[in-house]
Amino acid sequence: MEPKVVARAARKVYPSLAGDVPAIVDFDLEIGEGEFVCLVGPSGCGKSTFLRVLAGLDELSGGEAYIVPGPDPGRPLNNVVFQEYAVFPWKTVRDNVAFGLEMRGVPRAERYAVADAWLAKVGLKRFADYYPAQISGGMKQRVSIARALANDPQVLLMDEPLGALDAQTRAVLQEELLRLWEETHKTVLYVTHSIEEAVLLGDRVVLMTAHPGTKKAEFVVDLPRPRDLTTTQSPRFAELTGAIWAELKDEVRRAMEAQA
Amino acid sequence: MSAAPTRAAVPPGRRATPPVSDLAWPVAGMVLIAGAATALGLWKQWWWALLAAEFTLFVFAAEALERRLPYRLQRGYQGALAWLFPLLMLVAWEWLSRGGVLNPRWFPPPTTILGALWDLTVNADRFSGHSLLGRPWLLPARVAESGWAGVTATFAESHLWATLARVLLGFALGAAPGVLIGIVMGLNKTVRAMLDATMSAIYVLPKIAVFPLLMLVFADPFGEGPKVTVVAISAFFLVALSTMAGVQGIDPVLVQAGRNFGANRWQMFRHVILPGALPIVFNGLRLALGTALVVIVAVEFVRSQTGVGYLVYYHWQVLSTPKMYAALLVIMAMGVGLTALLQAVERRVMPWRR
Repeated sequence: MEPKVVARAARKVYPSLAGDVPAIVDFDLEIGEGEFVCLVGPSGCGKSTFLRVLAGLDELSGGEAYIVPGPDPGRPLNNVVFQEYAVFPWKTVRDNVAFGLEMRGVPRAERYAVADAWLAKVGLKRFADYYPAQISGGMKQRVSIARALANDPQVLLMDEPLGALDAQTRAVLQEELLRLWEETHKTVLYVTHSIEEAVLLGDRVVLMTAHPGTKKAEFVVDLPRPRDLTTTQSPRFAELTGAIWAELKDEVRRAMEAQA
Repeated sequence: MSAAPTRAAVPPGRRATPPVSDLAWPVAGMVLIAGAATALGLWKQWWWALLAAEFTLFVFAAEALERRLPYRLQRGYQGALAWLFPLLMLVAWEWLSRGGVLNPRWFPPPTTILGALWDLTVNADRFSGHSLLGRPWLLPARVAESGWAGVTATFAESHLWATLARVLLGFALGAAPGVLIGIVMGLNKTVRAMLDATMSAIYVLPKIAVFPLLMLVFADPFGEGPKVTVVAISAFFLVALSTMAGVQGIDPVLVQAGRNFGANRWQMFRHVILPGALPIVFNGLRLALGTALVVIVAVEFVRSQTGVGYLVYYHWQVLSTPKMYAALLVIMAMGVGLTALLQAVERRVMPWRR
């Protein structure tokens, strides 16, 4: 299968007075068209940095990481769902969702039609004219997800999108993400520190080592789709999360020791 | 165990109905203190302590009264206090001034001040030939006669308009470039490095101190040029520095979102930077407007034949205190009015802040 996202010998170092601090070294990754890949690792392993590089918000120090452009030049390469939502407080929910289209010069009526359709899909139709300050954190993240999907990017980059939410809201949004992915079959790179979330959502889970970050292991999630929260009760789910945790445990310990 | 259900209806530590005494004792105390002080002749020396005691008891009484009101009225009570208490103070002032307790030469009764305000409004003062509002009723006739010049001629007779024009013109001339420079300083770290220290240093300089210099610079030192300019300068630095702070305070993740969703430079400015900085910019504008009013009144004290500041100073010179107070009242009203106007604009421009 043609890869949609490619990283080869990716390397990122941050300059400091004590010398260069490597954040990512020798990282390879390929993501196929329509594949949902979860990137899991201990805090500070450079997984968010890698996502930001793909998003064009950061640059590598060596190697390469890029998205292979599709045949339609009108479609944006990628869009990010940020952990901090990053919805614009001064725009209504509808205008937030229509933001990417507005930047591309899509006429108002057309972009509002697209925005309203996505708002309906994430259950926010009633709140289209609200400002972000008037809605909850879970709803803001729905807006952020709808904003990315409404822009129809070739690759969806999600940077711990549910990390700031409480456990119950997170569970609800996980199911919504599963449902949305079934509809769109987008190529997704999903950064998370939750093993359960990664196994529930992903086709493949890529594990990163602690500081500097590189690929430690890879797990193919062979759970049948469509999935929902009951998937987490299957024995295979427990088996996979157990196996991943066994690999990750040492890395987390190493990361904690490095920080101490 | 048997007492628990009956006590649960009332929050612990509070009685269901306030006892009569919580209203009675402050009122009794107020009467007692006032009576005793009058009888013993303590007011002259101890008025400050007595007033503090009376005020404290009054607060207790007002709170006791609030507890007695039905819930429906309690909500409006705070709002009513904001009006009723100042009104009460004015009535007290009137009474004390007329009764000779306050010297009416320095503290004329409020009704006299209102009379003076009316006098200022309808009669031109002998020295400048201006009145507070001019003669606006001549406006239609004058416009019909000489067009735009008729408007100027009518407003030129008004102290209020003279001050208002200086404040608004100076404010606009200072705030507009202030916002512009502030945005550039917020966005570009080179410009910021070059200007920030200098501007912060000039910012702390009282702008009225450069007024003599401005009088030298302008061809007509007694004209409107230096007056408007000094207002503009004082507004400029405040607005520029707060705009810079506003731009720098924008959450970087919002800028990243703008970039990720393909905003070009202009779109970034229009959709992210400008609305993101607006709340702090308006903070600066509000402060600048207040400062502009301070500066123009000070300037009109020193070097003007027109304006509300001139009115205050002139009536100080001729020892006409009621008119002095009246002019102060006008300045207060201008401050309140201009701030309200700016807040209306703010609500309009930033609907998301409600």
